[in-house]
Amino acid sequence: MINTKNITKKFGKLTALDNVSVTFSKGECIALLGPNGCGKTTLIKALLGMVVPDSGFIYFNNELIAGKWMYRSRIGYMPQIGRYPENMTIANVIDMMKDIRKEDNEKPDEELVNAFGLKNLMQKKMRTLSGGTTQKVSAALAFMFHPDVLILDEPTAGLDPLSSEKLKQKIIKEKENGKLILITSHILSELDNLVTEVFYMQEGKLLFHKKLSALKEETGEIKLSKAIAKIMTAQEFV
Amino acid sequence: MKKILKYVIVDIAQNKIVLIYTLLLLVISLTVFNLEDNAAKGMLSLLNIVLIIVPLICIIFSTIYIYNSSEFIELLVSQPVKRRTIWLSIFSGLASSLSLAFFIGAGIPILLYHADSTGFMMIAMGLFLTIVFVSIAMLAAGLTRDKAKGIGLSILLWLYFSLIFDALVLFFLFQFQDYPLENAMVIFSFLNPIDLGRIQILLQMDISALMGYTGAVFRDFFGNSTGILLSFLGLFIWIFFPMIISMKKFGRKDL
Repeated sequence: MINTKNITKKFGKLTALDNVSVTFSKGECIALLGPNGCGKTTLIKALLGMVVPDSGFIYFNNELIAGKWMYRSRIGYMPQIGRYPENMTIANVIDMMKDIRKEDNEKPDEELVNAFGLKNLMQKKMRTLSGGTTQKVSAALAFMFHPDVLILDEPTAGLDPLSSEKLKQKIIKEKENGKLILITSHILSELDNLVTEVFYMQEGKLLFHKKLSALKEETGEIKLSKAIAKIMTAQEFV
Repeated sequence: MKKILKYVIVDIAQNKIVLIYTLLLLVISLTVFNLEDNAAKGMLSLLNIVLIIVPLICIIFSTIYIYNSSEFIELLVSQPVKRRTIWLSIFSGLASSLSLAFFIGAGIPILLYHADSTGFMMIAMGLFLTIVFVSIAMLAAGLTRDKAKGIGLSILLWLYFSLIFDALVLFFLFQFQDYPLENAMVIFSFLNPIDLGRIQILLQMDISALMGYTGAVFRDFFGNSTGILLSFLGLFIWIFFPMIISMKKFGRKDL
């Protein structure tokens, strides 16, 4: 569903993405892992067209995305740090997104709005919200328009355990609906029963892209966190 | 485009500065017209307002507004919206609301007190300068990520167009005073939108005789309908050129 071919992106001297080629296919739930600053967010932003790669190609359903914009109507994106116009209330932001994105005959999916109890906070201005509440708004917006692809950048960071569990249930539900889900997270224990593939990056390079089952088999561990820890320590000695 | 523009205009309207700017212009223009019986003298005072204050407010307000919209821009860029649409909506929102402010604040008093060709030219130039300086602000804000740098750049650009450019031209004139420079002066005036505006309004005011031989050359070139058309064309280029460069820049910007 999403292919990238040799994409490279440099910020000054720093190479954030170094010749990354990947294929993400429909129905998978993929964990993007790697140490801080390894280029995960840059990769995500490149897929969304927010960052323009220096070289290489990105395809969405076999179509080049450079300069295109319609394909984004099929992506729901939850940023790591959601930034919203400060003077708008939650209701304003949600209405604006509906205005921009809503397809005519589709009912917006407000399951998360209700689950997070955002209905009672609708008249609050975005600048007065706590980090966690902002995350809830981001999550609700990402799922609202029935996207085929969900890109979640650190979705549970800053959420309380209850909300984070609700979000996880929602992710599992969408996964079962056959959607492509890309997740980055540092809380590996959360990903265990969620992901089907693991994509590991280091210093802008793709280190490996494997099925979770294959990875567990290779390392001989049952837990994803242990398997990754094994690989990371092995890396340090190389 | 229409949807995004709507949000930009609502946002600018909620931000009371444009309203205050309108009232300020209204108070100034009513004062200068009522200060003396002769409305023509009022026009002369208003000329300086149009040439100095309007560009200053437009460029500074627009630059700050664009930086403050960074969240709005970031939010929309990840949505199914063309980047060009976002940038054009912000431009149109700023240009239309500031033009409306100028028209209500200065245009209506001019029409009430001095509705002749001079008045119309002054309104036209005020509107042109408003849009030109919004466009230059888009460029200044598009060039750098740093807010302080961007606002500094806008202030410098305004200083350049309203003071430094004229000083440079004067310097040039004195250095080469042995040569006939009248035609060169016509070309120079196209390099500064404020000069274009000033020349057109002064020519309508019939005081170009005070400007000596250069004034006569200006009258010869700008005074007829071709000249007016050419200076309008020049101002249109001043609107499109910075806008197109900033749009190119924004199209490839990393957010």
